[in-house]
Amino acid sequence: MTTWIDACAAEEIDQEDVVRFDHAGRTFAIYRSPDDEYFATDGLCTHEKIHLAEGLVMDDTIECPKHNGRFSYKTGEARGAPVCVGLKTYPVKLEGDRVMIGIGA
Amino acid sequence: MSNDAGIIIVGAGECGARAALSLRETGYPHAITLIGDEAHLPYERPPLSKQMLLAEATPQAPTVLNDIMLGERAIRHIGSASASAIDATGKQVILSDGRELAYDRLLLTTGAAPRRLPNVRANARILYLRTINDALALRPWISADMHVAVLGGGFIGLEVAASARNRGARVTVIESQERILKRGVPEQIAETISSLHRRNGVEVKCGLTVSEIDADDRRVSISLADGTEVTADVLVVGIGAQPRTELAAQAGIAVDNGISVNERLETSVADIYAAGDCCSFPHPLYGGRRLRLEAWRNAQDQGILAAANLAGAARGYDAVPYFWSDQFDHTLQIAGLVDEGRTVVRRDLGDGAFILFHLDDGQRLVAASGVGYGNRVARDMKLSEMLIARQVVPPLDALAADANLKSLLPRAA
Repeated sequence: MTTWIDACAAEEIDQEDVVRFDHAGRTFAIYRSPDDEYFATDGLCTHEKIHLAEGLVMDDTIECPKHNGRFSYKTGEARGAPVCVGLKTYPVKLEGDRVMIGIGA
Repeated sequence: MSNDAGIIIVGAGECGARAALSLRETGYPHAITLIGDEAHLPYERPPLSKQMLLAEATPQAPTVLNDIMLGERAIRHIGSASASAIDATGKQVILSDGRELAYDRLLLTTGAAPRRLPNVRANARILYLRTINDALALRPWISADMHVAVLGGGFIGLEVAASARNRGARVTVIESQERILKRGVPEQIAETISSLHRRNGVEVKCGLTVSEIDADDRRVSISLADGTEVTADVLVVGIGAQPRTELAAQAGIAVDNGISVNERLETSVADIYAAGDCCSFPHPLYGGRRLRLEAWRNAQDQGILAAANLAGAARGYDAVPYFWSDQFDHTLQIAGLVDEGRTVVRRDLGDGAFILFHLDDGQRLVAASGVGYGNRVARDMKLSEMLIARQVVPPLDALAADANLKSLLPRAA
């Protein structure tokens, strides 16, 4: 069962950018794409557990601030060395001006 | 022409391992043999001066290639083996145990070795840091009851100093130049790093050459040119590295501050390539200036490019040189070549973090260097790297102010 969590206000995230969201001991990264869609992934890089929210969003890619591992934040797919393990993604919906992310029970 | 002999890679560090992985990712069908002189499977070196030293329990460096990955990809790894000769005419590599291995194409990723102190007898209290075994040998020395002396205020020395201080050791850094990080790092950044070390209790002594080093089984004593002496439990030497070119030179391959390669990473001998710390290459962003880089990212990227070219592509290497260092809770990053800059524009990012933009005579961005807490400078540094790659001539006020660097980037519609 999916539990929907209120993560942040929609305007808190700039276009083509990312913010960090911590909830119940876990950390997530929430993205706003260049065409104003919202996405969510695990917050830590699969390489050395660095917070991805300090990285750079370009198009549909998030790049880790530390060692430049790249992922698609839409699918979680790893896109090149040094990362080989993909990111877990989470469903996102907008309720009014709030960004809600769905996490498994 | 038969490709059946496959590809041999000599050197199983980041660069060689990445090349082997990348060859398979791009579908190379023939044999791949990766020869390394260490017993370990290929691993990442950056943690050796940081996490490997900081960890309470004996840690493992992250492997780049483990047994399962080697098996799945049919990559043959020969460890604890050194190549003693290349027969470029017969296309064979001869190992020190006499084995002869045939190749169709050969990649040299022999890396670099720490520069040794001349005229100093080996002693268990004088240590260098390059390999996992070096890191394991160093670990017992960096604890609260030890005094660690570090010779050389470069990246290795300073990272070891920070790790040792974090573990509670007393630490003294000795640098012969008038300041730390003299090579390739702007003075403002070096000053920030220097005060970071002093604030954390590291004693930093600059402008002092060593006149004598005397070690026995109880201590190391370093006599300095000003007549003072540092007596420590251990001395870690970080005075630079030298490319490992002996094998190439002996095979008649041109060497010029590293194994000399062209932009496609081809050496002067047919079917032999070189990549990573061991090679020098012309960089198209800097007018073909010949560079040799000792950096993780360069090792990775050149390994990947060499793989593509070994498999038949003919791509040139044009990645922006990039380097980072973690010390205490700060990260320093450099993109491009600082010494190509003539003017500097500073952007402050808060909490003491800042980036320097280095522009050439034509106001083109040729380098950026930044330092700050955590990953504070990472995002703007990444954008700077992209601006450097695209040879952007940015408006100076946009660099200094709070404007989004992304807006300076030429982008496809």
